[in-house]
Amino acid sequence: MQLTEKHKQYWRRNQALTAGLLTIWFVATFVVSWFARELNEIIIIGPVGFYMGAQGALIIYVLIIWFYARRMNQLDKTYGVAEEED
Amino acid sequence: MAGPAHNSVFFGQLKRYYSFYTGGFIAFVVLVGALEMLGVPNKILGYIFLFATILLYAGIGFMSKTADVSEYYVAGRRVPALFNGMATGADWMSAASFIGMAGTLYLSGYDGLAFIMGWTGGYVLVALLLAPYLRKFGQFTIPDFLGARYGGNIPRLIGVLAAILCSFTYVIAQIYGVGLITSRFTGLEFTIGVFVGLAGILVCSFLGGMKAVTWTQVAQYIILIVAYMIPVVWLSVIHTGNPIPQIAAYTSVLPKVSALEQEFNTPDSPKGAAEESVRAIFRARAADAEANLQGLEAGGEDFLIAEKQKLQDRILTLRLADPDDYRTIEAAEKELKDYPATPGAASKLWAATRTSASAKAGHVKPHAEAFAADGKDAAEQEENRTKAKKNFLALIFCLMVGTAALPHILIRFYTTPSVQEARRSVFWSLFFIFLLYVTAPALAILVKFEVYNNLVGSSFASLPAWVSNWAAVDKTLMAITDINRDGLVQLAEITIGGDLIVLATPEIAGLPYVISGLVAAGGLAAALSTADGLLLTIANALSHDVYYKMIDPSAPTSRRLVASKALLLLAAMLAAYVTSLKPGNILFLVGAAFSLAGSAFFPALVLGIFWKRANQLGAVLGMLAGLAVCATYMVMTYPFFGINAPLWWDISPISAGLFGIPAGFIGVVIGTLISPAPSQKIQDFVDHVRYPNLVHPAMAKAHRDEDD
Repeated sequence: MQLTEKHKQYWRRNQALTAGLLTIWFVATFVVSWFARELNEIIIIGPVGFYMGAQGALIIYVLIIWFYARRMNQLDKTYGVAEEED
Repeated sequence: MAGPAHNSVFFGQLKRYYSFYTGGFIAFVVLVGALEMLGVPNKILGYIFLFATILLYAGIGFMSKTADVSEYYVAGRRVPALFNGMATGADWMSAASFIGMAGTLYLSGYDGLAFIMGWTGGYVLVALLLAPYLRKFGQFTIPDFLGARYGGNIPRLIGVLAAILCSFTYVIAQIYGVGLITSRFTGLEFTIGVFVGLAGILVCSFLGGMKAVTWTQVAQYIILIVAYMIPVVWLSVIHTGNPIPQIAAYTSVLPKVSALEQEFNTPDSPKGAAEESVRAIFRARAADAEANLQGLEAGGEDFLIAEKQKLQDRILTLRLADPDDYRTIEAAEKELKDYPATPGAASKLWAATRTSASAKAGHVKPHAEAFAADGKDAAEQEENRTKAKKNFLALIFCLMVGTAALPHILIRFYTTPSVQEARRSVFWSLFFIFLLYVTAPALAILVKFEVYNNLVGSSFASLPAWVSNWAAVDKTLMAITDINRDGLVQLAEITIGGDLIVLATPEIAGLPYVISGLVAAGGLAAALSTADGLLLTIANALSHDVYYKMIDPSAPTSRRLVASKALLLLAAMLAAYVTSLKPGNILFLVGAAFSLAGSAFFPALVLGIFWKRANQLGAVLGMLAGLAVCATYMVMTYPFFGINAPLWWDISPISAGLFGIPAGFIGVVIGTLISPAPSQKIQDFVDHVRYPNLVHPAMAKAHRDEDD
């Protein structure tokens, strides 16, 4: 099975998107939690460290997955690798 | 296969069915509410909820009965993204999520958020690294993927063993939850409760496999989310006038809770002084226990006998001094009655007293404070804080990676019609899970406010009804004693068990009993739906991977299904038997399942997709290394096993995956690099998985077989 240049480009875009979104995921989870005590000093809606763990991070996760599904489904079409709806 | 037009008609039908279903369910709840008004006793209402819902699930199972392999294993791959999302939500949210989570948050504040983040953030890994690719692969089980990707039966076999190990550990926790709920709300004995619940699970998965489980899980999701939301919204309206608890809890309730915590911790304030008087008593008890322990160590059995004599003498003196002070005398007599008989029992009892009393003697831990820790001095406190922080992050990591490796969740993404639907479906899954997970921390705050503001300071003569009800039912959930005998409730005098929070919310909010029944039905739905998915995963790993793929590849369809059903029955019976022995700590079982799954599967699955070079030896080494490191660490450090080896880097045994997962990755990399690259056929297979429209000749054949 020979892959075309277009295939390789599609896979690179996919990898870049995945890496970018995983970075956001990592920051929202581990970096924010690491500084939770410091962030708790700031109050927006609630103490920020606590609020991020209870709600903020979760909203970010939902948005990451929503964006990934949307973007990848577009990329499939752009690069002509979308499954035929069967 | 069904065409797109047919799919959209199917989607429309589903939406209509489930709208009717939801309406019907609400009507049913209203009807039971009417029965309550007519004076039907609570116990009967509990039975009605229990049997009506189990009957409903069995009914859906019966309607979905099938003899088709593809329908039995993957629901015919025609579950639309939205409905697969609901099914995944129910599959995912277990008794621990539904009943336990808000309680954990109530008891541990910020530190409990590891579960909230861990059990949602894992879906990012599922969405980005696994679900679309597994869907493109499009077979039946997770060991299937390992077998096809790495070739040969060894990776498949290790996959089967790991899948059974973690699913079985997890299913015990679920069946335990089923037993707990049925016994609490109907008064049936725990063991009978387990088997009644199990019957409901079996009818469903037995007749229709994945197809039946899917449509039941959608129904169960609807029940559990309605049951969770109603009491919380109502409680929020009562306390804040705002029907959106997820906002009101932070903007208006949390500041009040923080202010009360501050007051409890300030000995100059009236509330603080009252708390301080209780704490002083607990401090004295802790000191007593400590002195006893030291005396026991020095004097052994003689000390025990001498102390018992002293106690008897004291009772005599008390009687002579003031025979009317019956409370003191009774307390001393009770102490004598429970007096430990052997030095071993004594040391156990006193050590437990010391721990519980010193916990009660401490300050109230602020709810929002992250990594709260005590210590003799600032340096030790800082050290303990760092330990707490490390463990918090390690637990999140293990729960997330474990989420992205639990086979019963991953196979749900085999059931969507296409790769694009699989991607959308992960979004819907997390969205439906999010609804409950974002509510749990809000519920914890609302109940905390209720306890701090209304219960604390109220008089023992007129306790709120929910407090006296639950204290009468179960002392482990609610115990309240007037320690300092001022007739008023102080926070340090209340002991609350985590599971109480969700179970008692309807009563706290002043809702009728029918809502309590609804909550029980919701908890049952959460536990049953997860158990369903897990048992099916175990049975399919055995029947499909071991029997069909490894023992008898020419087995006819009918025999494969019979094998699967027989194994399902066997697995269920075994799980119920193990559960009835009431093993260990549920939270640890759940955590263990996640660490084990993450260590065994995640490296081999992800590298199998993203690293073409990964080969059979790598996968075998990686899975074995991950499992071995994870399991060894747990056995060495978890107190249950009695070895109690020193911790690595202060990480507690529940987060053993922190070492197992990297070990898995290292194993795959080393094993791969010391052996030749995989064949062209396998490399083509990786491309097949990566590009939604590429067709791999061997896979195409497999798909044709499935359609036949």
